[in-house]
Amino acid sequence: MIKFITAILTALTTGAIYALMSTALVLVWRSTRIINFAQAGQAVLSTYIGYEVTIRSGSFWVGVISAMIFGALLGAAIDRFFMRPIFKRVQGGPILMIAPVVATLGLLGIIQAIIGFKWGLTYQSLVAPVSTDGFTLFGRVIAFSPFNLLVVVFATVSMLLLTILFQKTNIGLALRASAHSPEIAKLSGIKVDFIRTLGWSLAGAAGGLAGMLYIPSSYLYPNAMDVLLVFGFIAAVIGGLDSLFGAVAGAMILGFAISFATSYVSEKLVFPMAFVMLVVVLLVKPAGLFSGKKSRRD
Amino acid sequence: MTLVVESLVIDHGAIRAINSVSFKVPTGKLTAVIGANGAGKTTLLRGLSGLKEIKSGNATWNGESIVGKRAENLARAGIMHVSDGKSVIAELSVKENLALTGLWRKDKKDVALATEEVISLFPILGERMSQSGGSLSGGERQMLAIGRALVARPRLLLLDEPSLGLAPLIIDQIFTTIKKFVTTMNLTVVLVEQNAMGALAIADDGVVLNLGRVVAVDSAENLLKDPAVRTAYLGY
Repeated sequence: MIKFITAILTALTTGAIYALMSTALVLVWRSTRIINFAQAGQAVLSTYIGYEVTIRSGSFWVGVISAMIFGALLGAAIDRFFMRPIFKRVQGGPILMIAPVVATLGLLGIIQAIIGFKWGLTYQSLVAPVSTDGFTLFGRVIAFSPFNLLVVVFATVSMLLLTILFQKTNIGLALRASAHSPEIAKLSGIKVDFIRTLGWSLAGAAGGLAGMLYIPSSYLYPNAMDVLLVFGFIAAVIGGLDSLFGAVAGAMILGFAISFATSYVSEKLVFPMAFVMLVVVLLVKPAGLFSGKKSRRD
Repeated sequence: MTLVVESLVIDHGAIRAINSVSFKVPTGKLTAVIGANGAGKTTLLRGLSGLKEIKSGNATWNGESIVGKRAENLARAGIMHVSDGKSVIAELSVKENLALTGLWRKDKKDVALATEEVISLFPILGERMSQSGGSLSGGERQMLAIGRALVARPRLLLLDEPSLGLAPLIIDQIFTTIKKFVTTMNLTVVLVEQNAMGALAIADDGVVLNLGRVVAVDSAENLLKDPAVRTAYLGY
């Protein structure tokens, strides 16, 4: 019974972190139609900023806010000064879809190299604001701590805020219109370029939050978020790259699958489980489980 | 307020889709641009709305050049382009589709008023407000696309083949409605159509395009009587 409850709680925690990363990837996909591999670099650099601020201010919360603001600004800057010129250059050519994606991979390398120069390749610890010791349940300590609870709450609240932004506000309507049809949005007088940059900055903030919530349970080093990028990507593909709800649902499905496979079968199943899920979803419903579209080409 | 197009050149890939095209549309008048498939009609509109780069020549609206301006800025300046039959965002509701052109407008009261006017013009849209754009029929989509443009209170309306793929009865209804609001709202309109007969019937003037060049400019009345136009485009 305790094993079962622990598996569920672990699934929620990991799923929440995956959800933030998959949301970041989906936000960029919807606005720009590319997979942003630099997301791992943006998120980890934002977390380094949050780490520095946490040490200097003595407050983890000030660190979280700084990481999110920095993430948002970095995302906006990348779109404005890096992606936009690249898209202009490759407009209409056969390399249209590949060049920007490769560019994000290059950017990932650059960001991680910069981190290496500034902070070195060593492991740093970011201390959680609340205990990371597991709660006690029926006299036994379980693998779910007050900090894990905080992670779940934070991720849930940020997803709710994002949903409200998208579904209930004018900016959200402009974001959705620009994602589904940039041309109609432009013809309606919406500044699609600005809206796209906004999508990148929301993604950047989500990545910064993901880093600040994940790193206290791990270590901070230049490649710390690479694994999360992979899981976030798999979650986004499972849910359907076009759907924010799908990104969260895909992350939860992945979180549960991995958590149950590792606690009931073997610890070694983390990666195999994730990739098996990816392949199965791609075979059964290539557009993702929660995408309204029949195929990726629609 | 007049639209003046002078020696306009627009390329579509390697093809010169619009080659030295000139015509004028006086304020409050409806000009039909007719021609066969591939004549360059759609490219012309895309150039005028800022979606397509103008290679050379000039186009002015109100004396101000529109060359090199961004589509979203032209839209905000009152030039509304209703692109071909699919100009509805399927994933958004009818209400949200209609709201798009009101998002950036300062006068929210007038946005609400304009939306009401659109609904009284196309009552069916009022009944379908919460349905998704993708669930509408072809005619309803066209009404929604036109309605969305009207919510912006445009001064110049560029309509691309509103009759495309619609049933004859619906086509009549759309053309009649276009004529009605163009007159009451004092709009200047460029109406691109393959359905030359229907378009010329409601137009003041007509421009006949063939392979990117203007082959005739005259009043719609004269074009309807012109034997060459009749054989080539009207089919009788």
